[in-house]
Amino acid sequence: MAETPKFTTVADSDSRRTPVRVAFVTRRKSPHVKAVDDPEVMTYPETLLRVVVAGELLTLALVAISLLWNAPLEGLADPLLTPNPAKAPWYFLGLQELLHYFPPVVGGVLIPTMVVMALVVIPYFNVNVEADGIWTRNKTRRLRTLTVAVAVLGLGMLLLDVWAILAPTLGMAALMYWTAAGRAGGGGRVKRWLAGKPLPFWIMTWFLIEATVLTVIGTFFRGPGWSWVWPWRPQ
Amino acid sequence: MAATKQDTLGRLRETRVWQSVFRSGWGDSNLHRALAVQQNLFLHLFPAKMRRRSLDIGVTWYLGTLTLVAFFILVATGIPLMLYYHPSVPQAYADMKDLQFVVSAGVFLRNLHRWAAHAMVLLVFAHMARVFYRGAYRPPREFNWVVGVVLLLVTLFLSYTGYLLPWDQLAFWAITVGSNILSSVPVMGLKIRFLMLGGNTVNANALLRFYVLHCVILPLAAVAFIGVHFWRIRKDGGLYRDGHAAARAAESGEQRHG
Ligand code: HEM
Repeated sequence: MAETPKFTTVADSDSRRTPVRVAFVTRRKSPHVKAVDDPEVMTYPETLLRVVVAGELLTLALVAISLLWNAPLEGLADPLLTPNPAKAPWYFLGLQELLHYFPPVVGGVLIPTMVVMALVVIPYFNVNVEADGIWTRNKTRRLRTLTVAVAVLGLGMLLLDVWAILAPTLGMAALMYWTAAGRAGGGGRVKRWLAGKPLPFWIMTWFLIEATVLTVIGTFFRGPGWSWVWPWRPQ
Repeated sequence: MAATKQDTLGRLRETRVWQSVFRSGWGDSNLHRALAVQQNLFLHLFPAKMRRRSLDIGVTWYLGTLTLVAFFILVATGIPLMLYYHPSVPQAYADMKDLQFVVSAGVFLRNLHRWAAHAMVLLVFAHMARVFYRGAYRPPREFNWVVGVVLLLVTLFLSYTGYLLPWDQLAFWAITVGSNILSSVPVMGLKIRFLMLGGNTVNANALLRFYVLHCVILPLAAVAFIGVHFWRIRKDGGLYRDGHAAARAAESGEQRHG
């Protein structure tokens, strides 16, 4: 029994995994739990007033828009006269843009199904529940995973010539490497803010940027035969 | 409360009719305020009291509320639009022209319905993103997130089915493009499209199906799921409060220095 107990230094906030811990009270910090000052107010009228005001502002804005701009109405539907390009509603144009790059089963079925499934399972995965910065734990392993993921996805998109996905992905990866580089906790305010963001933040942000880029391209940058057009140049 | 107001309103509140409707009575106490919420079928989806901080604009940006308001506007403009609309070919298009040239304020009615629909789609995406970035999907709110995803899909289908109804070139070809995507589902693609359109191409049957979906089935589904969504917010303990944010910030600060 002469073995000395092993101490490991971990950065962990899960009290089940590491029930015993030592807190270091460093400069400008205090062991005192910050009181969560969270008083209650009456729903009527405090909440209801705010809800009504928010609703009225939206209504006013939409009424103003409706007085200024008319809803589009083209000629009578004609199955024999196909417009070029024929476009879906704007929120499906990201999807239509995907169909330009991938076969229909992939762009029209597989990817949308995967997106919906991914959205549904978000709260059931522990990585999404953890709230530490992405590089706080397992930094080397995570960097390796990132590199492999970006290399595989990037190479695939490069081979298929899908710049609309490749470019934002590379930009995002560069940002992630930047936040990982250098001493932990170092850097300016933006860098420290980003470094505190957990993994799901990065995945969702990447997804939202991709979705926005594809939708904007499909809406404004596609003309006859789904060719690339500059919206500010008259056809 | 000002004395004059008390006089007119106060007398009204004393009548038997008023008291038969608002049983909780009227008064300047928190009990009365609580009863006003709790004794009302619609308001009682709210708790009687709420955390002051969860009402701050910076928390939810009121995006869920605004999505609901957009939905209300759509119901309020959609019902009068139904009075002027026949889901048949080519009458549907003629009805659009009537709204434009014959019906008083018909253009405004159609505009408001159209722009509110776009607004609702935008708002529902924004609400989802906001909920995500707050981490408000975390347990015990997992299921309400899933209900939210269902609401997102219902909203998209509502908008998509409405898109066909004017029966103009824009509508016809947008739905044609969309339904062609569906037909690429392996094995069952063509069958699914047939089920959706009531035929192999967008035609009068498709218009009728989309009309029924748009005006009956999907709004009912939306109301049902919105009801579940709000009920779950209460059952899950009210709006998510990131009470640990401060603690976590302090903690990670320690780790970095330590
Ligand atoms: C018709 C569509 C929807 C309506 C009318 C709606 C309405 C609302 C409202 C009024 C709230 C209260 C607080 C707030 O404004 O954020 C809320 C909260 C919430 N919503 Fe939605 N929502 C809709 C769609 C969605 C979607 C698409 C998602 C996610 C996929 C979602 C997930 C949630 C969650 C998890 C909460 C709880 C947030 C918390 O506890 O702080 N909702 N919703």
